[in-house]
Amino acid sequence: MKLKLALITALGAFALGGAVSAQTELSLWYHGAGSANAEEALVNELVEEFNASQSDWVVSIETFPQLAYNDSVGAAALAGELPDILDVDGPVMPNWAWANYMQPLGIDEATLEGYLPGTIGRWDGVVYSVGLWDAAVAIMTRRSTLEAYDIRVPTLEEPWTGEEFTQALMTIRDSGDFEYPLDLGMAWTGEWYPYAFSPFLQSFGGDIVDRETYQTAEDVLNGDEAIAFAEWWQMLFEENLVPGTSQDAADRETGLVNGNYAMSWNGNWAALPVVEAFGEDALFLPAPDFGNGPTIGAGSWQFGISATSEHPEGARAFIEFALQDRWFTAFSDGTGLLPPTASAAAETENYAEGGALEVFYELSDEQALVRPVTPGYIVQARIFESMLADIANGADIFDELDAAVDEISRDIERNSGYGH
Amino acid sequence: MASKLTRANRAGWLMAGPGVLLMATFIILPFFLAFAFSLTNQRLASPNPTEYVGFSNYSDLLGLAVFRLEPERDDAGEVLRDDDGVIEYPRLRNFTRNNDAYPHLDGKREWFSWQSGENRMVVLASDVVFIRALLNTFLFVIVVAPLQAACALGLALLINQKLRGISFYRAVYFMPVVVSIVVVSLLWKFIYSPGDGLLNNVLGFLTFGLFQPHDWLGDPGTALGSIMAMSIWQGVGFHMVIWLSGLQTISPTLYEAAEIEGASKRQTFRYVTWPGLRNTAVLILIVITMQAFALFAQVDVMTGGGPLDSTQVLVFQAVERGYGRQDISGGSAISVILFVVVLCISLIQRYLTREKT
Repeated sequence: MKLKLALITALGAFALGGAVSAQTELSLWYHGAGSANAEEALVNELVEEFNASQSDWVVSIETFPQLAYNDSVGAAALAGELPDILDVDGPVMPNWAWANYMQPLGIDEATLEGYLPGTIGRWDGVVYSVGLWDAAVAIMTRRSTLEAYDIRVPTLEEPWTGEEFTQALMTIRDSGDFEYPLDLGMAWTGEWYPYAFSPFLQSFGGDIVDRETYQTAEDVLNGDEAIAFAEWWQMLFEENLVPGTSQDAADRETGLVNGNYAMSWNGNWAALPVVEAFGEDALFLPAPDFGNGPTIGAGSWQFGISATSEHPEGARAFIEFALQDRWFTAFSDGTGLLPPTASAAAETENYAEGGALEVFYELSDEQALVRPVTPGYIVQARIFESMLADIANGADIFDELDAAVDEISRDIERNSGYGH
Repeated sequence: MASKLTRANRAGWLMAGPGVLLMATFIILPFFLAFAFSLTNQRLASPNPTEYVGFSNYSDLLGLAVFRLEPERDDAGEVLRDDDGVIEYPRLRNFTRNNDAYPHLDGKREWFSWQSGENRMVVLASDVVFIRALLNTFLFVIVVAPLQAACALGLALLINQKLRGISFYRAVYFMPVVVSIVVVSLLWKFIYSPGDGLLNNVLGFLTFGLFQPHDWLGDPGTALGSIMAMSIWQGVGFHMVIWLSGLQTISPTLYEAAEIEGASKRQTFRYVTWPGLRNTAVLILIVITMQAFALFAQVDVMTGGGPLDSTQVLVFQAVERGYGRQDISGGSAISVILFVVVLCISLIQRYLTREKT
């Protein structure tokens, strides 16, 4: 692999000097227009280097704002105008594969060995997409805060139990030193809810949908475990342990650093400002264990090949070109996100041994669970989101769980089982 | 071949042509498509073939049932009461879920209930969220249409004076209309922000700190009201301008005559201004009603339909279903229902405000 790539690069450099031969154009759609960090610039750099590295293909990139991206792809698919290379969010991928927007990646799976599980997109046992990075979520806080209230610092081997976690929140709330002991990020509506909060449900032993069959949500989303989760969830808001659904987005961004919140449930993309503010005092803690093991979400944006691409071999060449440790390292350094391989992690600023975010790599490796791998996920995610918001706002737990179960099961039925 | 209509109006048809064509493509055709989709199980994206399902999308939205919930009794047949003496009832889910004895309740949820003797009468709906959206939309229209029209008229009367710098005030009042509704919604979200938002701060300052900060958009009781207030603020400038144009078509000679007759300010308004504004009033009422039914952006940006569905409205539900939940057929059915509702109300308004001869 390494040799082959080196060869390609060498050939590319040679070809650059020569005349421009007949090149086939490939289109790439990317979701991160105007992204705050270096991601967009790096994707552009990746495309430029790929174009310079060989003479068969020219990738031209088109960038979309994230909010409009999925809709644009849907519209393009209806119109038969999909690009060759698609950028796809991990949990959405099964839907696109099922709806025939995408074709199998066709890359030798041996290449992907040792990748974090969240970076490989599989549907029906076939790899459709692969990511250059993954994200992980942790409880962010300060060592000094925990020490001030005599709270044990949890470790990956021994995370907080559910009761310990709740008790810690109560202790901090009773001190009156903070507006809220914990910030869950309720201001971030949308995919954040299922991504960040369904792991709590899974840690209780429930789930959004039955992963055995993917045909129903009965008993997993309204069974005893899910009821226990929902009661705990509602308690957080009733007891004023967390800000509610009307939380201001600005408070979400700065609340922890400003000292309004004692802890924040947040992703590694938001970790660097915390390290800057607190330095050695910053702590990134694993998810608590509510009985069924601690879990966090996995799966971020990935690259795949569209079903209508006339040059899948070109698209594949581009993705293979991107799957190099140096790109993983570059993206990680630029965005603060996790590189997919341990060897790349060792080269990064933040995830190398002693790096500020090193703990996230272990978190992702140990606790990560991908969201339900089903085409119906995108609908289930919306239903789950509004269910969580309603329960947070004081709705009847049983009614909400049942209603969500009914809606999910009916949707699966109406889609003839989503191809499972 | 050429009838009088086409021949005599050739130039007219030619000029109307582009407009008619655009309307046919972007309004009339989509409407018929929406109606057709609403009779199928059309999805946004799916490899499964689309099937005709009759009116099941409509019955899924509009299905209602009344159910008498009888209290729990002990072996002696006595009604069970909890410690506070409140009658205990079995949970509704025992009847609405997987209970073959009550097929007409299957999957329905409680909408509201009332006490009737020992029993509790429960009205169940197939789609509680849709019913709430329908009612919220009506509430929004009923409050916003008259209030916004009245405020706009008030402003129009204020700025319909020959004063120095009056155009400055006209511009100020009109400003919110020019700003994108999404931007306005975001700004008002900050204004309504819980805790130390602008509104809470101002109210606290005016009451010397007596006012307790309120979570305007987070409280089901105030969320829809908050959206109404900002919608009126945002839209009032536009209708002010229409009122103003109406005011300025009233001949000054009428006012002069009224003044000579010794009419008071109120009489002048009642007998000169108001009758002169009749047609404007009809136009404004219909326009505001239609705009109010189309409420979407404010809800989408500020609350997303929450908290507890207190700000769900029809257009938001149509979009949420069609795109969010990929159920184009369900979204289409809501659109068709909205169309029928708006059509009926427009016809009623037309009838009530018709020229009586």
